[in-house]
Amino acid sequence: MSTMSTAGRTTRHMLRLSAVGQHYGDHQVLHDLTLTVPAGQLLCVVGPSGCGKSTLLRTIAGLLPTREGTVEIDGTPVTGVPDRLAVVFQDYGRSLLPWLTVRDNVALPLRRQGLGRAERRAEADRILERVGLTGTARRHPWQLSGGMQQRVAIARALVCRPTLLLMDEPFGSLDAQTREDLEDLLLEVHHTDDTTIVFVTHDIDESVYVGDRVVALSAAPAARIVLDLPVDLPGTRDQIATRGLPEFVALRARVGRAVRGQTT
Amino acid sequence: MPRRLRGRQELWLGLLGVLLAFGVCEAVSRAGLVRRNHLPPASEVLARAVELAGDPVFLDGIGATLRAWFLGLALACAVAVPLGLLLGSVPVVDAATRAIVEFLRPLPSVALIPLVSLLLGSGTETEVALITYACVWPILFNTVYGLGETDPLAKETLRAFGFGRLAVLLRVELPGTAPFIAAGIRISAAVALILAVATEILAGFGEGLGIFIAQAGLATDGNRDVLAGVVWAGTLGLVINGVLVGAERRLFPWTPEQRAAAEQGARG
Repeated sequence: MSTMSTAGRTTRHMLRLSAVGQHYGDHQVLHDLTLTVPAGQLLCVVGPSGCGKSTLLRTIAGLLPTREGTVEIDGTPVTGVPDRLAVVFQDYGRSLLPWLTVRDNVALPLRRQGLGRAERRAEADRILERVGLTGTARRHPWQLSGGMQQRVAIARALVCRPTLLLMDEPFGSLDAQTREDLEDLLLEVHHTDDTTIVFVTHDIDESVYVGDRVVALSAAPAARIVLDLPVDLPGTRDQIATRGLPEFVALRARVGRAVRGQTT
Repeated sequence: MPRRLRGRQELWLGLLGVLLAFGVCEAVSRAGLVRRNHLPPASEVLARAVELAGDPVFLDGIGATLRAWFLGLALACAVAVPLGLLLGSVPVVDAATRAIVEFLRPLPSVALIPLVSLLLGSGTETEVALITYACVWPILFNTVYGLGETDPLAKETLRAFGFGRLAVLLRVELPGTAPFIAAGIRISAAVALILAVATEILAGFGEGLGIFIAQAGLATDGNRDVLAGVVWAGTLGLVINGVLVGAERRLFPWTPEQRAAAEQGARG
């Protein structure tokens, strides 16, 4: 499962899709998708709405059985839901449990790891502080703003130190300012933890801003990869400066054309 | 959409409604529109109802009725909640039992009183059995409905974190369904009271509020006592409902209805 990178360092592949296809009845959703994601990469998947991005994510998460081809995570074929996997969905209002406090929501995944109550609480509080939610532990998710709720969902995803983090249009329903704050939070987390992240979005700007690499899918039916683009932007990313770079503008244009089905 | 009334306004309007109804009843009787011993004035009925609160025999009867009410309701919960969870989460069982359920459900429980009396006698057993039977349905259907309303995304999220089928049932589906179950219990609590009193009236002997009403109905000039008993039944229903609504508000503050109500309260 390893290849030698240019630096001579061994690159581990965290995720490998081989000829993956999905269909609902006669309706082919994904077609012959082949893709490898090295450990530590933040891969953005873009595509027109309804092209099967979410289906792809659910397939990787083992929530949908793979109909064609194989999905491997860290060298192991996915049959059920893999260990050390975390998901953040767009709809935080539905994915957080309203009867639990913020702390209990965040600590929930730790229950599977046999940690004691005190340890779970301490760990949850530590992660909450990290995503900028100090002081909200005893409140309930629905008492917080949308942006804060999505921070809770991110904290819950990070608490079990996932090796693979899947995000399904996580910032799609937030206002622009909140979205930018959370994009930067995600970049910071990615930078520190070196987690492999698959980030699905329909926002082309966002994909270029947060991604190390952008993969564009074609429109339904039978979505396939039409563009696979590394994002080599100079310097640390910054909401104002990065988006103004000529490199950023050029990359965004290429992704945009690919999503619209024009040749690049 | 009509503007929602504030809590205090609602309270005053409710009181006004009660006073109006009371006044009409009082006036109809006093004006001689109906014979006075058929419909005694509301003030006399109320005075008698208050007087009954000091009557130990009457209070024992209330105790007996409430015991049957509680027992029947508790048994119904014990049957309906697990059954509802089973029906709601295993489609095969649901399909196999649907015809039976749809046949039994519309049977009016009051119509079963003679049959069950024959089988179980006319004592507490019959009363509790009938209450249980009638109370199972609202709780059962609300449980099944609530399970169906559980958010698939919440379930998917837990599955993605590696939780199994049973853990998802206990951690997502059951707490998510709890407000629906509670609403079913509240509906059943009223049904149980109706059944308790009705069974007692039809059985005719023993102890209970229904017995008091039945015996008063046989006495000459007993209508004042009948109506005083009815006032007690209504008051019990009102208090039980109030307690259960309050409990739901405390236990399930996250439901959209409770959040809307809380916001209303904060503004009002």
